[in-house]
Amino acid sequence: MEEELRAMAEDLEEFKRISRESVHADLFAQLQRRVEKITSLAKSGPIRRSKVKDMSAEVVDSNPYSRLMALQRMGIVKDYERIRNFSIAIVGIGGVGSVAAEMLTRCGIGRLLLYDYDTVELANMNRLFFRPDQVGMTKTDAAVQTLSDINPDVVLESYSMNITTVKGFETFTKSLTCQNTHSSKHFIGVDLVLSCVDNYEARMVVNQACNEINLTWIESGVSEDAVSGHIQLLIPGETACFACVPPLVVASGVDEKTLKRDGVCAASLPTTMGVIAGLLVQNALKFLLKFGHVSPYLGYNALKDFFPTMSMKPNLQCSNNSCLDRQREYVSRKPERDAAAKAKEAEMLSEAVETALHLDNEWNISIVGDDDVESSNASSSTSGMLPDGLIHELPTADFHQKAPIAQDSGAFPDDLDELRKHLDALNAA
Amino acid sequence: MEGWDPNTKSTLTQIPLLSTRAGPRDGAAWTQRLKEEYRALIAYTGMNKSNDNDWFRISATNPEGTHWSGKCWYVHNLRKYEFDLQFDIPVTYPATSPEIELPQLDGKTHKMYRGGKICLTVHFKPLWAKNWFGIAHGLCLGLAPWLAAEIPILVDSGAVKHKDDEVIASTTTTE
Ligand SMILES: [Zn+2]
Repeated sequence: MEEELRAMAEDLEEFKRISRESVHADLFAQLQRRVEKITSLAKSGPIRRSKVKDMSAEVVDSNPYSRLMALQRMGIVKDYERIRNFSIAIVGIGGVGSVAAEMLTRCGIGRLLLYDYDTVELANMNRLFFRPDQVGMTKTDAAVQTLSDINPDVVLESYSMNITTVKGFETFTKSLTCQNTHSSKHFIGVDLVLSCVDNYEARMVVNQACNEINLTWIESGVSEDAVSGHIQLLIPGETACFACVPPLVVASGVDEKTLKRDGVCAASLPTTMGVIAGLLVQNALKFLLKFGHVSPYLGYNALKDFFPTMSMKPNLQCSNNSCLDRQREYVSRKPERDAAAKAKEAEMLSEAVETALHLDNEWNISIVGDDDVESSNASSSTSGMLPDGLIHELPTADFHQKAPIAQDSGAFPDDLDELRKHLDALNAA
Repeated sequence: MEGWDPNTKSTLTQIPLLSTRAGPRDGAAWTQRLKEEYRALIAYTGMNKSNDNDWFRISATNPEGTHWSGKCWYVHNLRKYEFDLQFDIPVTYPATSPEIELPQLDGKTHKMYRGGKICLTVHFKPLWAKNWFGIAHGLCLGLAPWLAAEIPILVDSGAVKHKDDEVIASTTTTE
């Protein structure tokens, strides 16, 4: 197009020269201005930035990472560039997952694996990220399209499938453990899973996979009334798994009885989803780059701007067998952990002594260790009462059918094929 | 049993409970579980027939017994409305119940999730988790009340048409 426009400008110049009629001068000038404008518009069209080999801290407007690398200079993060070695799996590329993916992409994460079985619909446009021109594409492909434009350095993998089926689960767990050979980095497995799904069944599947593989994950959720949400850190064996305790959510303060559920399953707001995506990725970054405190459970009540926190210990009677295996492993590693904690304490003590020797504490400020902050902020296990503002997502069952009704084994065959035929015959009757 | 009518409750208690807690990845235990699923379905279907309340057909479409499909129907104003019915046995079954899908109604009601999965009351999951339920119980406790609540609304609002009416409508347009 640029060449065509240049040729057109030349033709115009030539036409002006040979016509010599001064009466047309204004018209020629106008035409030339128009061609120039179109030429500059054509030049400002989409350009793709090229890949960057190393993250540079150099402050120039052409460096996409300068502001991120500044975190390192300011002492917030020790080695920011490590982010390029990490792989994160995001399950559910909806209102939360897609925004989380964009944040991580802009942060320069090494590799992202995206899972969803759905396609982009116009009904999704009240949320961030997807564009109307992507309607009909699979969410994972549409996400890869946008994300690779934003940051071509990120290795992106698109998995358009349902992880809850037996076959889907196989593909899912395999992708979480295998090696990516398409990039020069040769990533193996993933470092963290972010669950951004909208239903209990899918969360239980992510829980199953992470317990089996021993992978840390962060679960996120937005309530169906769109005015609350939460994130929860799940480290197999160390914290409660998703099956250990009934799911906790933030009480929105809206009375369930006055909430008009009739005719709708769920509402959604881009604001609430954006906040939850932000909290989710913030904690993912803190977890991977080891800065600050990673919240074990953080709730968000949009109506009151209230953020309840808590932590949950694993349930020794958890119904998930892999969870129990991980719990046993965690207990057996206690001496290791104690030794590491002792070493760290000694290190911190020597540092503190050094600081005390070098500085007169003229402001009389006392330094509060990480451990103190932790114990004062987070409430301990859930064994007793729930902290203010948190409730169980589901009501407790008010019906329990005790013993199975005795089955007259004589009335039914014991062979599976026979049973199948029996049902078919009954159906045909 | 908050959220269900007494009739559903009494039917539910007559469906045999399952005693093998196994999912589709559990090999021989899953085969045992499948046998129990069939026994419960046979008992439930027989019960419906003898009560003159036959309302679904379902069978596994693969040898592993992980995908099921069939039909379900509902009578409203003396007319029968029939729909395709399908679901997969999730990998986490029976910790989580199958998500029942009515693909023909996808997009016609807000009481559904993506892919035509029916939206159940908040009381369903806790009840499922606490009891030794199977496919038959899921249909009785989940799909039957859903059809009873939603089909009259869908028919009265015109979102769902009787198949006889649809045939007439299409023949009139081609004339
Ligand atoms: Zn557990």
